[in-house]
Amino acid sequence: MALLEVAGLRRSFGGLIAVDGVSLTVAAGQIKGVIGPNGAGKTTLFNMISGLLRPDAGQITFKDRPITGLKPYQIARAGISRTFQNPSLFLQMNVLQNVMVGRHSRTRWDFFGCGLRWPGQPREERAIRESARSQLDYVGLAHLADWPAGALPFGQRRMVELARALATEPEMLLLDEPASGLNTREKEDLGGLIRRIRERGITILLVEHDMSVVMGLSDDILVLHNGCTIAEGTPAVVQNDPRVISVYLGGEFQDVAQGQES
Amino acid sequence: MNRLRQILPFALFPVVVVGAQILMRATETEYCLTQLTMAVYYAIVVMGLCLLMGYAGQVSLGHGAFFAIGGYTSAVLTTHDLSGFKDATWAAWLQRAHVLVAKQDLYGNAAMTVSPWAAFLAAMLVTFVIALLIGYPALRLRGHYLAMATLGFGLIVSKMLLGSAITGSADGINGVPEWKLVAGLTVTGKSALRVQNYYIACGLALLLLLLLRNLIHSRVGRALQAIHDRETAANAMGINTAACKLKVFVLSALLAAIVGVFFTHYTGGIGPSEAGALKSVRYVALAAAGGMANLWGVTVMSIALNYLSLRGWFGSYDNAVFGAILISIVSLAPEGPLKPLALWLRRLMGGTTGRRPDHGAA
Repeated sequence: MALLEVAGLRRSFGGLIAVDGVSLTVAAGQIKGVIGPNGAGKTTLFNMISGLLRPDAGQITFKDRPITGLKPYQIARAGISRTFQNPSLFLQMNVLQNVMVGRHSRTRWDFFGCGLRWPGQPREERAIRESARSQLDYVGLAHLADWPAGALPFGQRRMVELARALATEPEMLLLDEPASGLNTREKEDLGGLIRRIRERGITILLVEHDMSVVMGLSDDILVLHNGCTIAEGTPAVVQNDPRVISVYLGGEFQDVAQGQES
Repeated sequence: MNRLRQILPFALFPVVVVGAQILMRATETEYCLTQLTMAVYYAIVVMGLCLLMGYAGQVSLGHGAFFAIGGYTSAVLTTHDLSGFKDATWAAWLQRAHVLVAKQDLYGNAAMTVSPWAAFLAAMLVTFVIALLIGYPALRLRGHYLAMATLGFGLIVSKMLLGSAITGSADGINGVPEWKLVAGLTVTGKSALRVQNYYIACGLALLLLLLLRNLIHSRVGRALQAIHDRETAANAMGINTAACKLKVFVLSALLAAIVGVFFTHYTGGIGPSEAGALKSVRYVALAAAGGMANLWGVTVMSIALNYLSLRGWFGSYDNAVFGAILISIVSLAPEGPLKPLALWLRRLMGGTTGRRPDHGAA
């Protein structure tokens, strides 16, 4: 069953068409990769799915419900969460508080109840804290809970951002280049973590530059070039697609891929 | 440790409040309580700004106007004589509901005005509606543009107050009656009730501080801080940022208006200068002086500085002093002077800065 369906999505910035009629389907429980050279429209596609950008044309359907043009917070509530290419943590808060913000859409006490500490509100607050702690634990950063987010190195910010996204209880997670800026060891950890997240039943859509990461993880890959889809299929199919090789990957990647297989 | 740090100021505040009063009685300077009371009232406006600017990161140069809207609504309603309508059925009904009260004016003539409690509720309602109408479009703007929009709003309100006969033009409104709150507590400027009124103001401040503290350490407070830090990410994490900003704007406007009402009953009147841009700038300067996102710092600084100002320490340079404070804070210590001062003191005492917990501690 298709969890997310994107049909004919299009968006231009001035004269530049960043995404030109892209369609894709993500099945529940899948890890789907989106690759393409710089400027292929990957991040624009992501921003449209998560509501940060409004598409010029096209439909986005999540769980058979149209979500085109909804605000980001509505899409988060619908069950799609995301991380950003540059980890965008709330730097004035500590690590735990960052993850606690992720619980916002799944909790309910508002200004009145919070200000008066209405019966039930403190209990919810404790539940938020515990749930955030368990998410931090899940990504292996429980020991950094009290650290100011701004004091963390890049790789750990990524992980905190992932924990924050998980705290929103998503059914689908959009990861925008999660491996960029990570060292080899961190990339391996990340790969393992993404697989475990999938095993929890969360569907993953992944934009990635790092070929070893995306080929190793994805069940299915979409290749974008200049805003258009040029290939779609399993990693093996995409790797051997002549258009992908000639237009985007070039000969170099073929060598790498063969090297991995041997 | 952390918990103690949060509770301690709330325990200390009543001690300081009572201590100040006892000290003033002992030194026979109890007349200064009047200015201290006014300073406490002004501090509440700044607390609201602390939430709006320090936590949510939304600038307002229009909070003087909200103070004035609250104060003027209450002043007009409690002084405007409605005895012309006293034979109307609705007037009789309202009188029975204690919304209207019959009394005598200065010259002993029968008069009928709105009761202070009803006027208070009306002031809240008016402020609520205006804050909503102003906040909805203005909060789509950011940074300087939001500052300009709220400044413009403040100027419009102050010019309207100056130009309307019903608000007493340049003279403002005098003769605002006392406000019987509950159980013998009366907001009035009578010197016999000076001590009582000092405690009313401090009690109100403590109550609102508690409320704001709860708010800051909650889901809502985190959402506000998230909006301040990165609005896009906050939205993507499921926070309805537009609604959240509007709510905090309205809340801080209501705080200013509540104070406006109390202040008007306390001083027995209100003038158009309360709505002026200089007042709004002063509130912002005080919030900056207290460290913006520091509820207690903001409270202490604004009580202290306003007290000095009201006691005439700054003489005719009053507004210049607050302008200078704003400029020097923004350029020298954007986090406010308290945090660097505390760090410096701690270093002086030989302790560590304690800013970051030890990596291996957990």
